[in-house]
Amino acid sequence: MKFKLKKSYMEDLELFEYKSDMVWYGAILLFLVLFPVWAGNYWTYNLTLAGVYCIAALGLNILTGYTGQISLGHAAFFAIGAYTVGYMTSILGLSYWLALPLAGVNSALIGLIVGLPALRLTGIYLAIATMSFAFIIEHVIIEWPSVTGGANGLIINRPSIGGWSLNTDASYYYLVLIMVVLFVLLTKNIIRTPPGRALVAVRDSEVAAQTMGIPLAKVKTQAFALSAFYTGIAGALFAPLINFIGPDNFTIMESINFIVMIIVGGAASIHGSIFGAIFITLLSEFIRVGKDALPTFMQQQVGFQGAVYGLIIMVFILFEPMGLYGRYLKLKYLFEVFPLYRKDTFRREKKFQKTERTR
Amino acid sequence: MFWQLFSSGMALGCVYALIALGFVLIFKATDVINFAQGEFMMLGAFVAFSLIHYAHLPFWLTVILTLVIMAAFGVLLDRTVMRFLVGEPTFSMVMFTMGLAVFFRSIAGMIWSTDTYTFPSPLQGGVIHLGTVAIAQGDIVVVFSTALLVLLLFLFFRFTDVGIAMQATSQNQFAAYLMGINVERIFSLVWALSAMVAAVAGILLAPILFLHKDMGFIGLKAFPAAVLGGFGSIPGAIVGGLIIGISENLAGGFLPLWVKDVFAYLVLIAVLIVRPEGIFGIQERKKV
Amino acid sequence: MALLEISDLSKRFGGVRALKDVSMNVEQGEVHALIGPNGAGKTTLFNCISGLYRPEQGAVRFKGRDITRKASHKIPQLGIARTFQNLELFRNATVLDNIMLGRYMHKRTTFFSEALFLPKARRQEVESRRKVEEAIDFLDLQPYRNRMVAGLPFGIQKCVELARALTLDPELMLLDEPSSGLNPEETQDLCFRIEDIQEELGITVLLVEHDMRVVSEVCDRVTAFDFGEVIARGTPEEVQQHPEVIKAYLGEEEEDAAASA
Repeated sequence: MKFKLKKSYMEDLELFEYKSDMVWYGAILLFLVLFPVWAGNYWTYNLTLAGVYCIAALGLNILTGYTGQISLGHAAFFAIGAYTVGYMTSILGLSYWLALPLAGVNSALIGLIVGLPALRLTGIYLAIATMSFAFIIEHVIIEWPSVTGGANGLIINRPSIGGWSLNTDASYYYLVLIMVVLFVLLTKNIIRTPPGRALVAVRDSEVAAQTMGIPLAKVKTQAFALSAFYTGIAGALFAPLINFIGPDNFTIMESINFIVMIIVGGAASIHGSIFGAIFITLLSEFIRVGKDALPTFMQQQVGFQGAVYGLIIMVFILFEPMGLYGRYLKLKYLFEVFPLYRKDTFRREKKFQKTERTR
Repeated sequence: MFWQLFSSGMALGCVYALIALGFVLIFKATDVINFAQGEFMMLGAFVAFSLIHYAHLPFWLTVILTLVIMAAFGVLLDRTVMRFLVGEPTFSMVMFTMGLAVFFRSIAGMIWSTDTYTFPSPLQGGVIHLGTVAIAQGDIVVVFSTALLVLLLFLFFRFTDVGIAMQATSQNQFAAYLMGINVERIFSLVWALSAMVAAVAGILLAPILFLHKDMGFIGLKAFPAAVLGGFGSIPGAIVGGLIIGISENLAGGFLPLWVKDVFAYLVLIAVLIVRPEGIFGIQERKKV
Repeated sequence: MALLEISDLSKRFGGVRALKDVSMNVEQGEVHALIGPNGAGKTTLFNCISGLYRPEQGAVRFKGRDITRKASHKIPQLGIARTFQNLELFRNATVLDNIMLGRYMHKRTTFFSEALFLPKARRQEVESRRKVEEAIDFLDLQPYRNRMVAGLPFGIQKCVELARALTLDPELMLLDEPSSGLNPEETQDLCFRIEDIQEELGITVLLVEHDMRVVSEVCDRVTAFDFGEVIARGTPEEVQQHPEVIKAYLGEEEEDAAASA
């Protein structure tokens, strides 16, 4: 394993532990910046969509991965962000650059309100309550046409900076890329400072957190609000990207989609959120490509994509609980300590008694 | 009009109650949260439909055969896949069974396409008059069947060895092993039982509503019912289902139509605010 | 005025009366033990002090202030830290992250400066780390700094919880069965550490203990419990000879008490 001699506490807090990491991430960033140039519009659009979902996945990870509060209703916050932008730009005619932050704030406020009754709920109760919240929002969207366009949906135009419109796939891509980088840095900062540690404390042991002076109620509601903020901004970026939003974009399956992203990518991990978002967004592409390799009768089946999706969820839960990022870490560790790797290094602990399960 | 809404609401509520019941049965015995319960119901309904429509079997034979097939399905599912879920945290289980639900929905789409079917049932049709109120015969059949089934289950859990063994397993799997209970067999039995209950729900529901691969989504209302009644409580599941079915229907009759769809969820959230563990639920607190 | 005053504290759970009119004092600077058979109410008392349980009647006073009805997260802010019988560590975090939590309530930065990692937040992080390292040095946890808590030996985990409590900079520490699960060598280390905590750091210690050797070696005063009531008070020697205490423990402890007296 690589070893770095550190001479100050500040070095332990740095973003990049090793100089080589900085080079790698720099290269990835360069790749991303040059992506639209060689990849073409279709893939640029898809990667932009993946970027929007990255932000949503980061948001969900903050609440579910780091703070341990299960939310099956994040599509609601996604919708709130999208429709705030929709209402303010398409119906009120205001500037997108005003609507974008307000979408986040609006979402955060509602997240705060949702977080309050959620304080006393845990586990399945919280999951079902958040799911119910999402259903309610879905119906509010349909029944409030003056604000949301109802079942007919809303058309949202791409924003413009000065006189220059972000109409092209490439121009909007850069907007989303910048936002993703900003949110990744924000998340990184939260995680390595007291607020992030408080979130993890609340997840791992509420009792111990209380004895450390952590105000549970405050931290949980703040986690909800913060998570909603992220997802609201994601929704606000989503709306102009696809130009048209309707209630069908924000169903329970969308909420589940977000959860699947963090499961597949890796919960409580920034890398995981990104891996998961990209993987799931591009999944339909992967399936399309992979389909050609299969016998014809399977190819033509109408539910094929759904079946693969369901299988992926199941496979990851059973075999890759740490997600793609976890698998990457495990492989990295394997190579680093080779040939001294021990077989059950990452075996999970199973709990067989009700009393041992705290979540 | 009130009584009509009430009775059809009660019928719907019974269906929710049955799905919630299947859900809670599995949870009590195996601690697994099965979000695919709605899909079990859908599969049960489709199996019954196929037997009637394609194999031209008489209704009562179909019902029995469907129950047997679904029971076998439950056992198969348990032995191949659910086995691995034992001991996993709540979150993993919820998502795994959701994946299962998506998978079954897609497979159903492949087998039966995305068309909507009507379910031919000899129990439907006809109206019974009680005084000035006209109640659909189908509703009465549903309520009656549910009551019968619940009674049978109650007797089963109270007075049979297997039922008591199931209760023991739900409390503490290790201890059940040590007491000589064949926990693996109990698990399979519970899944079989739950699948059968779901199949009954499907057969009762399909004639009232419709038959379609996305039918399981109705089952999504059963989860709020189970939570409302107190998760892990069998009477809770039934009470929860009835409350949701009846209040939803009444709301639809007297309030603007769109409220009907969300009413169940509003009721749930209202109850959880007042009582976070549900009506019959037990508040679990970690002892330190 | 004693540092901690408990007056007529009563707590019941349904039909079970866990604490019956318990009154006792803990003086500043002393190491005070609570002893008694299992189920006597010692941990319940701790939980009442920590604000995790609400007693039906009675009062807990810390430095003269009534803290009986205070929210549980306010208690550490007043200067009381505690450890748990069965450990309540943050299992999916490293030792360092666990101990760093002890500095949470001391933080002076706003979310804004943390989110942007402004210089003030940086300085605070480094300062917190320094304080945490002091606790790590005090308890010799250096080799385990970056290890995940979940895989560590039990004795080390207990040290981590102790370190975490120390970083709160408390005036009073409540230790719930600190020696349970430790081998004789580790128990001896524990005794030294408690003495250091008392002498070097000036922290008052209230501990629940079953191991009479630890009680005799480090404690200034002892309060004995049985069935939720106080049955004896005094120095370790006095209490161990007390007929009520011997009766409560029924036999075994009689030999222990005689051996260590």
